[in-house]
Amino acid sequence: MAVEKFDCIVVGAGVAGTATAYLLAKAGINTLLIERGDYPGSKNVMGGVLYRHPTEEIIPGFWREAPLERPVVEQRLWILDQDSAVTLGYKGKHFGREPYNNFTVLRAKFDRWFAKQAVEAGALLITETVVEDLLYEGNKVVGVRTGRADGDVRADVVVLAEGVNSMLTQKAGLQHDGLNTAQLAVAVKEVIALPKEKIEDRFNLEPNEGATIELVGESTQGMVGTGFIYTNKDSISIGCGALLSQVVRNRWNPNELLERLKNHPVVKPLLEGGETKEYAGHLIPEGGYNAIPKLYRDGLLVVGDAAMLVNGIHREGSNMAMMSGKYAAETVIHARERGDFSSATLSLYEKKLKDSFILKDLQKYQNASAFFETNDHLFTLYPKLANFVAREFTTVDNVPKKEKQRKIMEGVTAKRSKFQLAKDFYRLWRVMG
Amino acid sequence: MKSLEDKLFLNRYQADKHSHLKIKDREVCKYCETRPCTYICPAKVYAWNDKDEIIETAYEGCVECGTCRYGCAHDNIDWRNPRGGFGIAYKYG
Ligand SMILES: Cc1cc2nc3c(=O)[nH]c(=O)nc-3n(C[C@H](O)[C@H](O)[C@H](O)COP(=O)(O)OP(=O)(O)OC[C@H]3O[C@@H](n4cnc5c(N)ncnc54)[C@H](O)[C@@H]3O)c2cc1C
Ligand code: SF4
Ligand code: SF4
Repeated sequence: MAVEKFDCIVVGAGVAGTATAYLLAKAGINTLLIERGDYPGSKNVMGGVLYRHPTEEIIPGFWREAPLERPVVEQRLWILDQDSAVTLGYKGKHFGREPYNNFTVLRAKFDRWFAKQAVEAGALLITETVVEDLLYEGNKVVGVRTGRADGDVRADVVVLAEGVNSMLTQKAGLQHDGLNTAQLAVAVKEVIALPKEKIEDRFNLEPNEGATIELVGESTQGMVGTGFIYTNKDSISIGCGALLSQVVRNRWNPNELLERLKNHPVVKPLLEGGETKEYAGHLIPEGGYNAIPKLYRDGLLVVGDAAMLVNGIHREGSNMAMMSGKYAAETVIHARERGDFSSATLSLYEKKLKDSFILKDLQKYQNASAFFETNDHLFTLYPKLANFVAREFTTVDNVPKKEKQRKIMEGVTAKRSKFQLAKDFYRLWRVMG
Repeated sequence: MKSLEDKLFLNRYQADKHSHLKIKDREVCKYCETRPCTYICPAKVYAWNDKDEIIETAYEGCVECGTCRYGCAHDNIDWRNPRGGFGIAYKYG
């Protein structure tokens, strides 16, 4: 039997791969999208805040059709100590109207819908199929080897959108040193069913409005990482994740971290009476700019989490995945016009990433992850100090205000000298600013 | 509070007959000091069997995060994707 040939093969029907396949199919390019799961999304996990802007660049007006949970009108940050929280937030009622800011989603539902759009645009989707290796002719990638019988398929170009556990990217020699535990976070999540009205009551929302809460400090037992609580239509997504290096060192089990978070006195009332429906685990690529693999070689491009395109500090990943998919599609279209899929032509993809917010943002934060890893007092001491200051400030106890301020200052500087505080803030400002 | 077993039971799996996780060299585990695989895994797939001095893998509950592959102290886990269509199938994700 003659081996089938496509213009382009995309490996993985997450948001990165599906965005690529959708845009290629729309441009009339014969595209095969291969997914190992039962259906697109069946293996995929996200907190999950989906951003309107990048998604709209792929499918205009998607929110009228896509299975979304709630548009987000309020985003909060909770700095947790053992039985207290300092809370910050922003609420914008206008975010509840078109064209919206962002939405909560459940990936198993969203990805399935998204992949259906790619199929309707003309891509061929095959599921339940693992890509086990790439096919080469000399130095050039010319197709994929799947786990099926007679499973070789050829193409002018292959796009790897395999996600964070990027075995093919590593096998293709693009990730020279492999990944290490300081470049990855392990995260777990539960979906907890709760009636709509309860969600709206507890989060102070109108019907069909959503809220997000990011949690730092006690939510990861002081490890570098965050927790999150997001409102869906009739469930709540709650999860947490921390750098794998720290989980290994502190001997934590991720599920135990999550159970602690669920039982935190400030968190617990939000979940009361809810019923867990699903428990998930996933890695997050947190290595940032310095961990980005080589992004292309002859006949090959890498997009999304496989390319380490995640900004952990701003919980952005799906947007970078989709936009990298868009740039990859544009690059493939350009290469096809030239009839040349060599790395020289495909390097256009990297140029597009460099010119966009993606590499600019990741470059800006390139030292943040390592900084946090080696300064974990920022996640242990500072949340405690913030809670101490807030507690002293809000306690009415017949102490004159002046004395109170002195007491607060003393309490803080007993833990960290003024000099150390200044240094910490300066260095924090340097890696973030 | 639900136990981890109860939670994994809520998930939908299509379990294969063969494990997609293999220990490359069982001798290495004997001398592995901290055995991170036994605690870092979100689904507690790995457990140390004291009697036989081996790591046992309850692969059926694996959520395919890949954490063990990177977290194993000695790069001693041969991690494969489950065969197409097998393994975890999230309803929500
Ligand atoms: C707990 C958690 C919370 C997060 N929260 C947010 C958030 O709120 N907002 C946000 O924007 N981002 C968030 N992220 C990040 C976001 O989920 C990722 O950046 C995004 O999913 C990356 O998309 P992707 O398409 O590159 O990879 P994935 O979505 O991981 O897709 C990869 C696909 O490839 C398939 N695949 C892999 N290997 C093969 C193979 N060999 N053969 C065939 N198929 C294969 C997989 O089955 C999968 O479908 C979060 C991540 C986690 C884990
Ligand atoms: S961490 Fe690796 S080497 Fe150590 S016991 Fe587990 S599998 Fe064996
Ligand atoms: S892939 Fe994740 S869930 Fe599966 S055994 Fe490894 S750590 Fe556990």
